Order: sequence, then C-alpha cells, then structure tokens
Amino acid sequence: MNDMSPDSYTTADGRTIGGKIMEVKNITLRFGGVVAIKDISFDIREGEIRAIIGPNGAGKSSMLNVINGFYHPQEGEILFRGEKRGPMKPYQIAQQGIARTFQNIALFKGMSTLDNIMTGRFTHMKAPVWKQAIWRGEAEREEIENREVVEKIIDFLEIQAIRKTPVGRLPYGLQKRVELGRALAAEPKLLLLDEPMAGMNVEEKEDMSRFILDVNDEFGTTIALIEHDMGVVMDISDRVVVLDYGKKIGDGTPDEVRANPEVIDAYLGVSHD
Amino acid sequence: MFYREAGDYKTSYVDDSQTFPIALDRRIYMAAAVLAFLVVPFVMTDYLVNAIMMPFLIFAIAALGLNILTGYCGQVSLGTGGFMAVGAYSTYKLMTAFPDLNIFFIVILSGIITAGVGVLFGLPSLRIKGFYLAVATLAAQFFLVWMFNKVGWFYNYSASGQISAPERTVLGQAVTGANAAPWVSYLFCLVFVFALAWLTRNLTRGRIGRSWMAIRDMDIAAEIIGVNPLRTKLSAFAISSFYIGISGSLFFAVYLGAAEVGEAFGIQKSFLVLFMIIIGGLGSIFGSFAGAAFMVLLPVILKLFFADFIGWPTDLVAHLNFIIVGGLIVFFLIVEPHGLAALWRTIKEKLRLWPFPH
Repeated sequence: MNDMSPDSYTTADGRTIGGKIMEVKNITLRFGGVVAIKDISFDIREGEIRAIIGPNGAGKSSMLNVINGFYHPQEGEILFRGEKRGPMKPYQIAQQGIARTFQNIALFKGMSTLDNIMTGRFTHMKAPVWKQAIWRGEAEREEIENREVVEKIIDFLEIQAIRKTPVGRLPYGLQKRVELGRALAAEPKLLLLDEPMAGMNVEEKEDMSRFILDVNDEFGTTIALIEHDMGVVMDISDRVVVLDYGKKIGDGTPDEVRANPEVIDAYLGVSHD
Repeated sequence: MFYREAGDYKTSYVDDSQTFPIALDRRIYMAAAVLAFLVVPFVMTDYLVNAIMMPFLIFAIAALGLNILTGYCGQVSLGTGGFMAVGAYSTYKLMTAFPDLNIFFIVILSGIITAGVGVLFGLPSLRIKGFYLAVATLAAQFFLVWMFNKVGWFYNYSASGQISAPERTVLGQAVTGANAAPWVSYLFCLVFVFALAWLTRNLTRGRIGRSWMAIRDMDIAAEIIGVNPLRTKLSAFAISSFYIGISGSLFFAVYLGAAEVGEAFGIQKSFLVLFMIIIGGLGSIFGSFAGAAFMVLLPVILKLFFADFIGWPTDLVAHLNFIIVGGLIVFFLIVEPHGLAALWRTIKEKLRLWPFPH
C-alpha cells in the first residue's frame, strides 16, 4: 500500500490526489495473431479522474476488460493497491472493489431501478441463504440498511421518480444513469466507465459530466473512463493516456496530451510526403 | 374505486417492501388463507379433492420450483419429471428403510436428496446455455427414469417394478396409504404449499433472488458486480430441485399411493410443469399458482362441459384439451411472455385508476 506516498499532491480545485491505486505494467493481449494491446504501462492514482482515449480499435475497451478480468493478458502484470494480482475471475475482482459500467448498457432489464441498484450492493450483503429464506431478523435488517445506502445514491442521481419503474422502459440517458448508480452502489475503490456519454445529447452529457465530477469529489472515488468526446475528456480528467493501434502514444495532463505531436497525428492523420 | 393505494402511506422501508403493498390485497390473501385452511377441508367432496385440489397443490409446488430455476434464474430445464421421480423414490426408500420416521421429515429429506441430484445435473449450466442446457436436462430426465426402471434396489426388487406408499400418520391421522382421509392429505399438502410459497417470496425478494435475476437478465453485468455465476446457478438448481423433490414426494406418497416411474414421472410431467409456468408467468409466484390451477382445471372443465353436459366422446374432449393448451402456449409466447401473472398485473393497474382511463 502506498496511499500516503510522498508524491501525493493537491489539484487546483482542492482535491487530493494520492499514490498509485493501480499500476498496469507491460500488458500485452493477443487474440490469435491479432495484437490488441502491445506492451502498455500506465498507472492510476488514488482520487484522480483518469481518461483513456484513442481512435476506434485502439484497444481502450480491451484494456478495461483486462483490468476487470474478462480478458487475461499473455504478458505483463497488474498491481492493485500495491499488490500484484494473480489470474482472477471478474466477480473476484469486483469483490476487491473495482466496479464498471458498459459501453452498451448492461442493466438487468426485467428488474426495477431500485432492484438494479440494490443488486450493486451484492458484495456488501452477507446474510446466509437460510436466513434470507426466513427473512425476519438478519436478512431483513441487512436489506433495510442497504436500502438506505441505495436511497442516498438514488437521491444523488436524482432518479427518485423512477425508483420502481422497470429499467427496460426508461429512456437511454436515464438507463446510463441507473447503470452508474449500480456501479456506485458497490462503493468501489476504482470505478471504470466505458464511454459513459456515448450517444447522449449535449444536455445529457453535461448532466453525466457533473455526476462524474461529483462522484469523484464527494465520495473520493477514483475513476478511469473511456470517452470519445474530446471536449469532455479534456475538461474533466486529471490525466489522460492515449492509445493507438494497441500502443501507448501519450500520457500526461490534458494540456500535455493536446500538445503531443504523435497524438495529433493519430487523431488528424499524418501526411505521407 | 375500491382498489386504491391512496391513504395507504408507507413510512418505512419495511412497509415499502412488504409482500402485498395494497391493503385490499392483504385482506384478500388473508381471506384466501383462512378459506383454504379452515373452510375448504370440511366442505369439499372426494371428487374435488382428487380431481382438482390435490393435483393443484402438488403441481403448484413443482411450478414454484421450476419458476425459481427458469423464471428467476433463466436456466431452462426439461428434467422436472425426472427430479420429481427422485423425490418419489427417495420417499419410498426412506419410508421402507425407516418405518418410524415421521412422513413430514421424510418429505423434507426427499427434497434435500433431490436438491443434491439437481446440483449434479446443474453443473453443465456454467458452460452451456439456453437451448443446449434444455437438452442436457432432457438427458437427466431420460437417464433418471431409466435408472429407476432398471435398478431394482430403488423399488426394493418388487415384482411389478412399482413403488407403493405404506400407511404413515401425522398427529394420529393417516396421511398416506389406503386409509388416508382426503381432508388430511389436503391439509398435509397445503402446509407444504404455504411454507414453500412463503420461502419463495423471501428468497426472491432478497440478495439471492436478485443475483438469480441478474444472471438471467445479463450474466456479464452480474459478474462484474461480484456475483459468482457458478454458485448462483447451482443454488438455483439446488433450491428448485428441493421444491420439485417435495412435489414428487407428495405426488407419489400422498396423491397416487402407488406409482410406476415411466407413467407417473415421464417427459409429459416435465412439459406439463413447464407449460404451467409459461402460461402462468415466468418469474412470478402468483404465476406459478395461476398456471398450476389453469393446467389442472382446464381438462376437468372441458370434460364437465363437453363430455358430461353436451355429450361428446371423452377422447375427443381429451384431444380438444391438447389443442387448446398448444394454442395457448403459442399465444402466450407471442402476445404475453409473462403469462397470466402479467395479465393480472395489467388488470390491477387498470383497477387502481378506474373509472379513469389513465
């Protein structure tokens, strides 16, 4: 654990950025002959908003899938809170405190908003099955305690009115919000957001940006996000890592990245004269 | 007008998450319980018990069980008949091996044994999904029926290959065997139905129920919030098989009295229970009951009306039953995949607003 490492600092808006919560070291991921990620290293610091950007097919989502255990890289290692991580299943990684949302909404369509977010509390509920079957006593108490936490998240995301609505009936923007709520309910130490603003209009993007900033500010949650909207990324993130064709081509503050010639080439193309 | 939630204020999360949030509902279900326990046993005829009430109660348990697995956890199973047979043969072996053990505990033990068998056949569910899992459970169905036919130990090497339930009593009243009074058998089954329905409600509203539904709706998303897919699916198989085992145990010991495995627990039983939950409503406790009632009542009503009242030949009426059930399955799958329970929900929504359209 190196939370209190000497290189922690305070940002211009008064948030404290701690030591490295996650370190990704020399990750290489291959699918047969296709190299999706090639020798990528970067770190995520405690309390920061870290963006991963890059053109289509750069390997951003693959990187997220490596971090939360859907893909197992052939080379490299991941350190979470200073400890090297062995090969783990996604649910074990979730139990360690890493939550995420998906690019294409992955909500539980048959359940209400409340139940979806309650499911996010899964790792915080401990009553054994036989006590749940009897309900009265421990299981009910635990349910109510977790319901209180979930209601706070519902208030925070301003979705009180759709508490009991099946999520399948909700419009796209609200579904994205419920999915964020479900990830927040786990009280993650590291929150991964895969294109939280994809397919949204300007207003919805503004709302979502505000929620992301508030989550980071109020709960102190470390956030790593993938996003295509450069305006949003440059505005809200502390540091940005840029991928292109599976390789890292830039890493630093938004201003540094914006000035990086390789990044400009990747986004605008390069003349071959 | 009568069916209102206005004025029924919820001031705590306990109130808000109760089983019947609307006061009228609570009264209706309370009245139904009183009726079922205190009135029905003393007014009904033997015909009613044997043709309607007992099959309804026993298949309601099986439907609840299959609904946990298929409706809540999304794992299709065609092995219901086979698992009912496991319950029945466990009961038979336990009854003959431990004559002094109370039948009540024998039924529960049979459920537990079936749960174990269910977990065994649920193991492939981590690797195979949907249609292929259905085929795997179909294999369980045929294997189990074959095994109970072939291995003499299961039917104590009786010459006929049949199993028959000896007389056992609860509180001095015969529950199984030839001397069992219908009202005693009825009450014995009713106690199980009530307890199991209550357990289903508790399981499905809490943590484990949500993890089942999460696996059903989006297994990848369930995994990233910490749900262990194998353990969750196996728990659904175990609990579902427990119910189905109890149902099979009651079906053999209390209802039939004597059974031959291929006839009593064949593939038709698997489909019958599956049809119950499709017509009744997947993922609904009320739907399990509605579906069981429907599938039990339909042939009886058709026979009463067409055969006894109009005078059609009985085989024609039996075929009519198949046609109607087949048509309804197609109808429900296309028009209302959540079955009678969803229709009932829609009616309640309308009733809450009545006489206004919205």
